[in-house]
Amino acid sequence: MRRDLSFFQLYLGLVAGGLALLGLLMSLPTFGNAPLLALFFALGGASLMRLLAPFSLWLDGLLAVLGAMGLLLALPVGQAMPLHHWLALIAAWAFAWLFVERLSAAIRAGSLPETGTGLVIPVTFGLALLVIWEVVTRGANVPPVLLPPPSAIGARLMAETNILWADFVQTFIKSVLPGYAIGCLAGLAVAILVDRSPFLKAGIMPIGNFMSALPIIGIAPIMVMWFGFDWQSKAAVVVAMTFFPMLVNTVAGLNAASAIERDLMRTYAANYWQTLMKLRLPAAGPFIFNALKINSTLALIGAIVAEFFGTPVVGMGFRISTGVGRLAIDLVWAEIAVAAVAGSAFYGVIALIERGVTFWHPSVRGGRA
Amino acid sequence: MSVVQAMDLGLTFPAGDGDVVALKDVNLTIGKGEFVSFIGPSGCGKTTFLRAIADLEKPTSGTLSVNGQTPEEARRARAYGYVFQAAALYPWRTIEKNVALPLEIMGYGQAQQHERVRATLELVNLTGFEKKYPWQLSGGMQQRASIARALSFDADLLLMDEPFGALDEIVRDHLNSELLKLWDRTGKTICFVTHSIPEAVYLSTRIVVMSPRPGRVTDVIESTLPRERPLDIRETPEFLEIAARVRDGLRAGHSYEEEHV
Amino acid sequence: MTRILPVLTILLALLLFWYAMAVHMNAPWQNTLNNRAGLENVPFMDFAQQAWAQDKPVLPAPHQVVSEIWNATIALDITSRRSLAYHGWITLSATLLGFAFGTMLGIVLAVAIIHNDASDRSLMPWIIASQTIPILAVAPMVVVGLGAVGLTGLVPKALISMYLSFFPVVVGMVKGLRSPEAIQLDLLRTYDASPVQVFWKLRWPAAMPFLFASMKVGIAISLIGAVVAELSNASGGGLGVRLLTGSYNGQTIQIWAALFIAAGLAAVLVAIVGGAEKWVNGRMGARA
Repeated sequence: MRRDLSFFQLYLGLVAGGLALLGLLMSLPTFGNAPLLALFFALGGASLMRLLAPFSLWLDGLLAVLGAMGLLLALPVGQAMPLHHWLALIAAWAFAWLFVERLSAAIRAGSLPETGTGLVIPVTFGLALLVIWEVVTRGANVPPVLLPPPSAIGARLMAETNILWADFVQTFIKSVLPGYAIGCLAGLAVAILVDRSPFLKAGIMPIGNFMSALPIIGIAPIMVMWFGFDWQSKAAVVVAMTFFPMLVNTVAGLNAASAIERDLMRTYAANYWQTLMKLRLPAAGPFIFNALKINSTLALIGAIVAEFFGTPVVGMGFRISTGVGRLAIDLVWAEIAVAAVAGSAFYGVIALIERGVTFWHPSVRGGRA
Repeated sequence: MSVVQAMDLGLTFPAGDGDVVALKDVNLTIGKGEFVSFIGPSGCGKTTFLRAIADLEKPTSGTLSVNGQTPEEARRARAYGYVFQAAALYPWRTIEKNVALPLEIMGYGQAQQHERVRATLELVNLTGFEKKYPWQLSGGMQQRASIARALSFDADLLLMDEPFGALDEIVRDHLNSELLKLWDRTGKTICFVTHSIPEAVYLSTRIVVMSPRPGRVTDVIESTLPRERPLDIRETPEFLEIAARVRDGLRAGHSYEEEHV
Repeated sequence: MTRILPVLTILLALLLFWYAMAVHMNAPWQNTLNNRAGLENVPFMDFAQQAWAQDKPVLPAPHQVVSEIWNATIALDITSRRSLAYHGWITLSATLLGFAFGTMLGIVLAVAIIHNDASDRSLMPWIIASQTIPILAVAPMVVVGLGAVGLTGLVPKALISMYLSFFPVVVGMVKGLRSPEAIQLDLLRTYDASPVQVFWKLRWPAAMPFLFASMKVGIAISLIGAVVAELSNASGGGLGVRLLTGSYNGQTIQIWAALFIAAGLAAVLVAIVGGAEKWVNGRMGARA
């Protein structure tokens, strides 16, 4: 017998095929109601043939897709799923897992290229998660208050683009971006100023490190009192949250140049600003970008949470808190989806700029950010 | 005129448990066009002496002059190029830009920068690698680029602190003979710190043997080798005789050390 | 000692700045009050005293905050609904529970990731991507959603804390468990060590510094998660609720006091993790 499957993979294959076969038997009384699902059961059962004649891993992937499609099309409305649908879910999931296992083994063995196929695995995982979420919430009649199915969230996303866009502008464009820019620039500027005095540096560094660990987000109610309900107070919270990580990282980064590199500048009789611009700031680049990345997440969190303490009737945080109160959970999830996309895109843009600017750093050269 | 002149030079580092005497009563004069090597075990002050010439350390007693000026004046006048133990090229600059770094700081014009970078890269045989980044080159090529950087602004004095210490012997032999040719062509004064006896004998017109605790000069050996030195000169009796003298000098310093430990 | 003097100097400067700002920011309201009372040309020192003693100041003076903390913790019965110690305990217990679960989940995931190619490739990108998502925004919804199915009190808040704190632990532990160099792994290979032995003798000790670094981040954001989760359930108590009610009633002194308690808690928690780190490092023979 050919050993192209590991013990674990074989086990997964047997579970998937066996469950499909069982599902086929159980679906016989209602045969014809869900043709695609029946096809999946039949083919899935047939996959047990792998014991005799091994087949390509892509067929396992195809089986998983077929199972997911069949399940989604056969989802009942307003009632619980019959048992053999649950079997289909587990079988399809096992096929997907087997597919991913075999794919990563193939990439490791070098029989498939890393680029491209490497991307298939996380995408498969994400899609599988979505399908399970959809099937479980609708199949088990999970109350939408607890967790709405992705399809409902998607529908809400499409239906409420105006509201979502207005919230995005209010929170992201008006609060996050200005606050982020001011906070980061202020942190950078103070770090450069402090850097000239060892005394100030010794005093500020422990305080800055300490402040970075504090729940600064708690100043949100105070900022709302000081700067009013509109975006200014949210931007102020964002400034306070982004300032300290930038300060601490920049001060550390300005010390990153080695003694030899500094001595070199001294042998050229370079002045303070020449050393700063030509050596110390470029050497601090990776640290500064680290702070920029940390801050991109902090800024969005700060603005959204600050809106819980009072806003005009627009904004992502406002929509989330009022949506929760009115039990419009699918709208809340749509808002969270927007926030997630905005957050990852923000982070992604900064990571891309980082790759361009600090291309020379070993962490970027190595290919992993 | 002497390029470097040290009289009764002393340098003490303050330390928690008693001061460390890095240099004591060093008297030395280095003339124009000489190739002087400093050799000795670690802690003998050879690097400290080089750093004092470069105004990277301040002597605590005696006098030291570089080109008839104080070391600080000489540094401000950009009197010397310094090559460190590591290449210390900036990874965010191309080779070309690294060599141009001192020229930018010293305010040379664009055209002049370009011309000098081209000429010095040719001098160290790195033509064709202008647009590469340091991390794309081998260790030997990186050290050649750092020598080019020290040569680019055409200072008459070159200070080299174990520049080839981290390289393997084959690359080191090659760079040694290239350095000799470069010295011959440019007529610069070179101060060279090393802990390799063959390297010191092969390169130098004069070898300064130093010993530790306190760091001081124990012997100064004039080389009788001709200016033209092929690599196989290292097997001649003359070469071996000088090497033996250096070794004797080092051993004398060493026994002194043992008495006091 | 060389670090204490600069830190104290800066703290003192901040304190003076705070008092000055308190006078500046409370001045308009104090002027209104004094006008109403018919007071004119109040000498500056008296005016400052007044500005530092307002009932609902725009910016309370530091000593007002300190005395509020004293009154609301030591001077008050611990079971009182107005006791900050009581609210602090509610927040702390949710934080610790969530942090413990989050750390365990993080370690388990990290172990799965380094031992299984498929879970590495499928999980890691999502774990990293999820760090870029403002996950804290989900907090109120999770609390309300779980409340709708009858799960209230400590657990929903602890879930938020867990969710926040497991990310840094997974990322740190994956890095840490992979930190042994090839040469060290090869050495154990020459002994024919089993994967379990490799794990306990090499990977786990090598990951310790990473674990503690992640736990310091994790415990700090656990606390933030618990505080934010409390914002959505005003009846449950906790420091987040004190922030919220303070902001509704304009009780600025109360907000600042709750904020300082939260900051103190964060500092103590991070310090405890730091202490544990020192102790483990010492046991493992690391210097200092």
